[in-house]
Amino acid sequence: MFVRFVTGSIRIVTRGNALYWTWIVALLAMITAGVFAYLHQYDAGLQSTSMRDQVSWAFYIGNFTFLVGVAAAAVLLVIPAYVYQWKPIKEVAILGELLAISAISMCGLFVFVDVGSPLNLMHLVPGIGRLNLPSSLLAWDVLVLNGYLVLNFTIVTYLLFSLYRGTSPNHRIFTPLVLLSIPAAIGIHTVTAFLYNGLAARPFWNSAILAPRFIASALCSGPAVLLVLMMLLRRFTRFEITDTAIWKIAELMAYAMGFNLFLLGAEVFKEFYSNTEHVVHARYMFLGLGEHNALPPFLWTAVACSVIAFLLFLVPKTRKNPVTLVIGCVLIYAGVYIEKGMGLVIPGMTPDTLGEIYEYVPSTTEVVVSLGVFSVGFLLFTLMVKVATPIMLGEFRDASAPKGEIAH
Amino acid sequence: MTDTADTTVSRRDLLCTIAGCAAAASVAGCSEPTHTDFFRHHLHELTPEQLKAMLADLEQEFSAKYGKDVTVAMTEARPGVSFAYALDLSRCIGCRRCVHACVKENNQSREPAVQWIRVLEMDKEKGIDLHHANAYYEAETVPRPGHFYMPVACQHCRNAPCVKSCPVGATWQEPDGIVAIDYDWCIGCRCCMASCPYGARHFNWAEPELPAEELNPKTHYLGNRPRPKGVVEKCTWCIHRTREGLYPACVEVCPVGARKFGDLNDPASEIRYVLENKRVFVLKSELNTRPRFYYFYGV
Repeated sequence: MFVRFVTGSIRIVTRGNALYWTWIVALLAMITAGVFAYLHQYDAGLQSTSMRDQVSWAFYIGNFTFLVGVAAAAVLLVIPAYVYQWKPIKEVAILGELLAISAISMCGLFVFVDVGSPLNLMHLVPGIGRLNLPSSLLAWDVLVLNGYLVLNFTIVTYLLFSLYRGTSPNHRIFTPLVLLSIPAAIGIHTVTAFLYNGLAARPFWNSAILAPRFIASALCSGPAVLLVLMMLLRRFTRFEITDTAIWKIAELMAYAMGFNLFLLGAEVFKEFYSNTEHVVHARYMFLGLGEHNALPPFLWTAVACSVIAFLLFLVPKTRKNPVTLVIGCVLIYAGVYIEKGMGLVIPGMTPDTLGEIYEYVPSTTEVVVSLGVFSVGFLLFTLMVKVATPIMLGEFRDASAPKGEIAH
Repeated sequence: MTDTADTTVSRRDLLCTIAGCAAAASVAGCSEPTHTDFFRHHLHELTPEQLKAMLADLEQEFSAKYGKDVTVAMTEARPGVSFAYALDLSRCIGCRRCVHACVKENNQSREPAVQWIRVLEMDKEKGIDLHHANAYYEAETVPRPGHFYMPVACQHCRNAPCVKSCPVGATWQEPDGIVAIDYDWCIGCRCCMASCPYGARHFNWAEPELPAEELNPKTHYLGNRPRPKGVVEKCTWCIHRTREGLYPACVEVCPVGARKFGDLNDPASEIRYVLENKRVFVLKSELNTRPRFYYFYGV
């Protein structure tokens, strides 16, 4: 049966219309470019990035942080679906888990391309290497991210394979796993926030509301991807996703974004009103320092995107209009991407701990490698959704499986 | 890329590692990517024989590469010794002789330039204010009127944030207080650089370039042996010298005697004299890193 499942899946992913193939070929092309850029970086060293001693984490780690948030956001769908047994969202909750798997895979790749000695990465593997627990937050992050990946992979595989076999999943196994994924999602993003938060050397990150800010922004950016996907699925497949489900998710996103903006405001007030020497990082981010002003245009764009999206999602009329809804999703994604990526990492390191200002702008190598990593994630997500959709719809089922509707 | 042969080898190593991760057993056919055993244990778990063999391999590799006899020692901390350092801000003239002596002694990369000591020029009017510090002043004209100078390197913190943050335990505090790094264990994630409040840690952003004629052949495994690319390094208080009773190179070269080094447990040491008779302070004391590096005003 498993062989039939694999061959059937391969058949599904190799069939598609011109649009599908254009998308796949474009992703493969970008992956190839990314691999070549990475090989160049591997030979030349990280000198081919714009990172230096002063700004020693940058674009890669910013993308990593953003994607941990996207992965954590699956929880926004799981809570109403399984805790409150709200059927309209339950149907699509699996998409959140597929997104989490893709996002975590990208996170792993971003850490991989960022380290200077990838050959030594096996020193992280328990048994072969030595994980510096409990004191190193990166060691914890390795554990929780891999755990979350395994958990989501198990949930998704179990659910889909059960449906493929024409049986409903055993809820004594399935429900506890799904419920476990809720604290795990909060956990991965909290640990990632603590990775920055715990560094007393960097006052910009050493703020107690960093972890709550991470969670709030993640609850906006992850569902933004999912909403767009749901609109596409509704359009191109028989997947029935009700308006109420979409509107409810959009409403939840509005609250999350409101809270996110509130926390940002609290941070801005604390920095600028107390006006200690530590305000220099926030100043660099929002206003620039003398001739060093690469960042403010991006940051103000992010703030504008977030505020506009918040208003669009808050007002029921624009939330229910498909056009403004998609615009809102794109704005949220862009806003959080800037804020949680470059907007978090770069000002934290500029000026450096001895007051030196090195203005970081990503190099071509960094951009191409990152596009490659994103393409891997999108490819993974596309293929998984492509297989999962007919299974969910009952179109792709084993020959020996019973016909008809299956409860899950 | 100038050296194509090198390039192919390193690519093959990478692919081997990826294959190695998938199936650890299948790497037998791969070329050894580092001089040390690929699947060796953490330094603290090596048997004396394994350690000896590893050092011998390194000596052989470096001697062949640089065309002279290179020794790689693993001199242990002397029992009962607790090192500390003190720097007299009223004497320092900002000549940067310490910076260059350090580079020579410790085999830092010349290109890209790695320097373990950063000398900051500050306005006398502003006092110690890092946000107005200038590390790129012209050395010919020192000391410039109205300015004073503050060299900063690894503070060998008792409560070291770098040690805490390293995910693989590649850096630790030795019994004599020196914070050391095993370059062959470091994965190059740079958590330690993010967590160091003193900018003391430096990354090898490219293959370190070190002319053979300038190589100091007397090296220590945890100190000045040539480093691979993609790992972090920093001041080791000249571990290869100080564990044999010598002063660090920067102390010896300082023309104004601003630098003091010694054993806190030795009542007759100069460092004890400074701590007992001068008013000292540590940099960023509010972070509770408890440095073994003290600053003072001698006059």
